[in-house]
Amino acid sequence: MVSMKVHLPNSAFLGNIESFLQGFNPSDPGSLHITANSKWISVHPVVLAMVAALGQIVPKNKITCDTFEAKSKHYFERMGLFHFLGIDSGIMVTEHESAGRFVPLTQIKDSGTLSRFVTDMVPLLHLDPIHAEPIRYIVSELVRNVLEHASSPYGAFVAAQYYAKSNAIRIGICDAGVGIRKTVSKFHDAPDDAEAIRLALMPGITGTTAREGGTEQNAGAGLFFIKSIASINGDFFVLYSGAALYKLLKQHAHKRHVLHADPFADRHSIKNNVPAWPGTAVGIDIVLDENEKFSTLLDHIRPTYARAVRERKRERYKKPKFI
Amino acid sequence: MIAIPLRELVGEFAENKDIARTIRESQILPALKVQEDITLDFSDVTSATQSFVHALISEPIRQYGNDVLDHISFKNCNETVQKIITIVTEYMQEAA
Repeated sequence: MVSMKVHLPNSAFLGNIESFLQGFNPSDPGSLHITANSKWISVHPVVLAMVAALGQIVPKNKITCDTFEAKSKHYFERMGLFHFLGIDSGIMVTEHESAGRFVPLTQIKDSGTLSRFVTDMVPLLHLDPIHAEPIRYIVSELVRNVLEHASSPYGAFVAAQYYAKSNAIRIGICDAGVGIRKTVSKFHDAPDDAEAIRLALMPGITGTTAREGGTEQNAGAGLFFIKSIASINGDFFVLYSGAALYKLLKQHAHKRHVLHADPFADRHSIKNNVPAWPGTAVGIDIVLDENEKFSTLLDHIRPTYARAVRERKRERYKKPKFI
Repeated sequence: MIAIPLRELVGEFAENKDIARTIRESQILPALKVQEDITLDFSDVTSATQSFVHALISEPIRQYGNDVLDHISFKNCNETVQKIITIVTEYMQEAA
């Protein structure tokens, strides 16, 4: 039987994540074979998180990996990828081979570990308070989504990296759980993965109830807030689950403050035929130069959030019968 | 009147919904049941998530209606925390 295959390409960031998807073949989850570009590999943390998560659903003795030849191979050892795959890479990392400001791959399986992680990651990224606020908010909300909805015994995988050239923090969070469609479909009609992603990004839609306003524990607003933070700051945001990949493209500067409850009304791309991801992966880039103050972001989110629920209620109004 | 100092329960960043649930079920709802007013003290809490605040106060609003906000006070909230609480309370009132 053919193995599930992953190839780490020369470059795979949110703008060109397709280069990673082209080398991903999920056909047989019973085994996993990993290959990589032989010259240089530079990938977004979400790619690391995805490969680490995949490594959990395959028995460790069924994971094989070609020897990494690329000059950047030490980075993958330093970020902990081989550790989570159970592979001895033979790569020695020494002190001077620092990956800079980064959060290595971390597996989070419970609420208390998440609370400690969001506190500990701020110094690792050397963030000042104005930048730390949205980043810890995003990580907390996304990982809590995994813990509450993914039904995965392996929890969430998180990694982050600061890139000096673009002055950006890139964050990846991934699970190998049930995926968005299965969760959303409990209470909403999601005929395919793309529609499930659309619903999940709408404020007030949750996989825990059909009731407006959510349950006592879930409002259905976490992903909408995060997409809004990315939109206002003009950042990339990618959501991948099942066969669908949603990409919030960089919003034009003069339109950034126009938030939409419907993610398909934002400047975006959606694909509904990519190799099926067994779970959910989220990638986001936070460009520090363009960061709006967090409390200002909330001013923009507030009216859209309340308006969305109002408009959805209006859609359900009974219409008068004029005869 | 009961006062609930949150910093010692949730830390400086209020994001743990499990703790929010415990506070809601063990302190907020029982106090409202006996018509006692509540002060949620956010001293030294620098930020909170929408999910945390929703888990803390959405059920009291749903159970007792908008008037419950006459019986819950939010003390020592910084600008960010005030805005998140406002977003959640507006949303719950719209959804009612």
